[in-house]
Amino acid sequence: MFICDLNQDLNSSHQRYSKAKTLSSGLWKSFLNLKSFLFSYFSFRMIYTKPQILKRSDVLMMTPWFAPIVWEGTYNSEILNEQFRQRNVTVGLTVFAIKKYVVFLKTFLETAETYFMVGHRVNYYIFTDRPEEVPKVALKEGRNVVVLQVQNYPRWQEISMRRMEMLSYFSQQRFINEVSYLVCVDVDMKFNDQVGVEILSDLFGTLHPGFYTAERRSFTYEHRPASQAYVPSDEGDFYYAGGFFGGTVTEVYKLTKKCHEAIMVDKANGIEAIWQEESHLNKYFLYHKPTKILSPEYLWDDNLGRPEILKKRRFLAVPKNHAAIRNK
Amino acid sequence: MSYPQPFVDKPQRTDVLLVSPWLAPIVWEGTFNRDILNAQYRQKNFVVGVATFAVKKYVRFIEGFLGSANKFFLSGHRVNFYLFTDHPEKVPSINLAPEKRLFIIPVQNYSRWQDISMNRMDIISNHIHSHWRYEVDYLYSMDIDVQMFEHIGVEIIDTLVGTISSWQYTKPRDSNSYERHPESRAAIPHGEGDFYYAASFYGGSVSEVYKLTTACFKGVTEDRANGIEAKWHEESHLNKYLLYHKPTRLLSPEYYWDEELIRPRIIRVKRLSSVRKDLQELERLTLLLGGLRELLVPCSSLDSLVSFFFCREAKCVL
Repeated sequence: MFICDLNQDLNSSHQRYSKAKTLSSGLWKSFLNLKSFLFSYFSFRMIYTKPQILKRSDVLMMTPWFAPIVWEGTYNSEILNEQFRQRNVTVGLTVFAIKKYVVFLKTFLETAETYFMVGHRVNYYIFTDRPEEVPKVALKEGRNVVVLQVQNYPRWQEISMRRMEMLSYFSQQRFINEVSYLVCVDVDMKFNDQVGVEILSDLFGTLHPGFYTAERRSFTYEHRPASQAYVPSDEGDFYYAGGFFGGTVTEVYKLTKKCHEAIMVDKANGIEAIWQEESHLNKYFLYHKPTKILSPEYLWDDNLGRPEILKKRRFLAVPKNHAAIRNK
Repeated sequence: MSYPQPFVDKPQRTDVLLVSPWLAPIVWEGTFNRDILNAQYRQKNFVVGVATFAVKKYVRFIEGFLGSANKFFLSGHRVNFYLFTDHPEKVPSINLAPEKRLFIIPVQNYSRWQDISMNRMDIISNHIHSHWRYEVDYLYSMDIDVQMFEHIGVEIIDTLVGTISSWQYTKPRDSNSYERHPESRAAIPHGEGDFYYAASFYGGSVSEVYKLTTACFKGVTEDRANGIEAKWHEESHLNKYLLYHKPTRLLSPEYYWDEELIRPRIIRVKRLSSVRKDLQELERLTLLLGGLRELLVPCSSLDSLVSFFFCREAKCVL
């Protein structure tokens, strides 16, 4: 029985925490009943207007190193929006549209306008070799498009890996002065639901939708010791997706610089990691653990179905013909 | 480093809230891996400061506090204990671990214990400003009348850290002991509030604790000028501050358990607990037993009986 001691001498100068309450067994049962605790806790009245049940018992909500894992139903957008608005944060969203990938920009930007960091300041940084093909999309207030012209490469793998080099260069040269956070994503995607400030942290990665329930031995880490991206088979926390990561500009700079250097060393040694820069990203995140992790809600492919665990599909792969679009 | 893989569809605990609505982790037993945290922490070579006050009769808690903290608090990491006391001569000598240091700082006492309690905020903020910001990276304020029973490690280290009160962690928001009188600077309107935080253990980065203590003491001073005192003194002001400047990490009631409460199952570990404080009764009892020992003819069985009672009651001081 959980009973608070009634008969404390309230006048005693040493009794700081005397609270005179008795609990009947019925009330005690409700104390242990977390549902009633949560309901009474979360019946918002003044600042927080929407009542929500903010706990999930079906998923890991936090890693063993205290990085929250962001799932629908674990956070309150109003509180977070207020915190970030007070700081007047600007978020940079980087995307690479090289060669034929420019065709994805229109849908990407239009859906980003609807769903990405709504109400906050956003700079879209579009890396492209075809600046004239960047579509004009109507932007809301406080949001800008910046087109950065870069070179292309013959192989799609090379294009993919060079993103690390370009991100590290521009982080240092430009982004550090313009934004507080960087969000680096693939372009062949569309936003389908809210992606907001709940994702922001010093360094965040996203759980790859194909591996979030897999055992570590089936993660497609680079397992050849000759590569800089090598991860021993008995190590690994999660398999992170190369298509959605970010953090403060400083942290993204460190990550992209390290990955780019590792890619160059591999090149010099005549080896290419199994999943290109994604392999190097996974190595980095194992030894420099993210401070926040995004659930697969934040990077999903409808070809993987609609499992129960996924309450929202916020950022979806756009169907593409790989053969037609790559290397062109 | 080798450790079990964390699984996304297998939560560590489902009986408690692990993350606040603003995504600040809540520290519960079974949810973290201290080896990973230690490895991350060691790279940074931080120093942590602990400010604690032993004024008037509270000097008797110093030995228990320092002895248990030496063993259980941030074991293996650098800690500076800043002990404020009006009786520096009564501080017992304790053999501290090599990475732990003790600084004894004389301080005046006040006639009212509430004033002693509330002025802690002012003293802490002044000391941060004058020299602690050069000496430590993180600072924690702890009550002296506590003891530690289990390791308290680097899981407590974050920018702004509050401990959820062991008296109030299951109560609905409106029955929290927040200050409700609108005239007080600590007032929180009905319908607002996240958790009720205990003033016995809070902390964070030096700059954040400076902001917190300065703001709270400003509230205390303004209240005093208006002839009002918040219901739970500086704890009320702390709760107001942490409502509008949300902590980046919360410690579960494992990190400050009031000894008067019976511990429910969800509190798997009692890391730090208050010590029984019925001091007046204790003093009478020790005097009585001491007198008895003097009066009675030395007799082995009676002597051991008296010793037994003496030690049992004295245990609550240690």
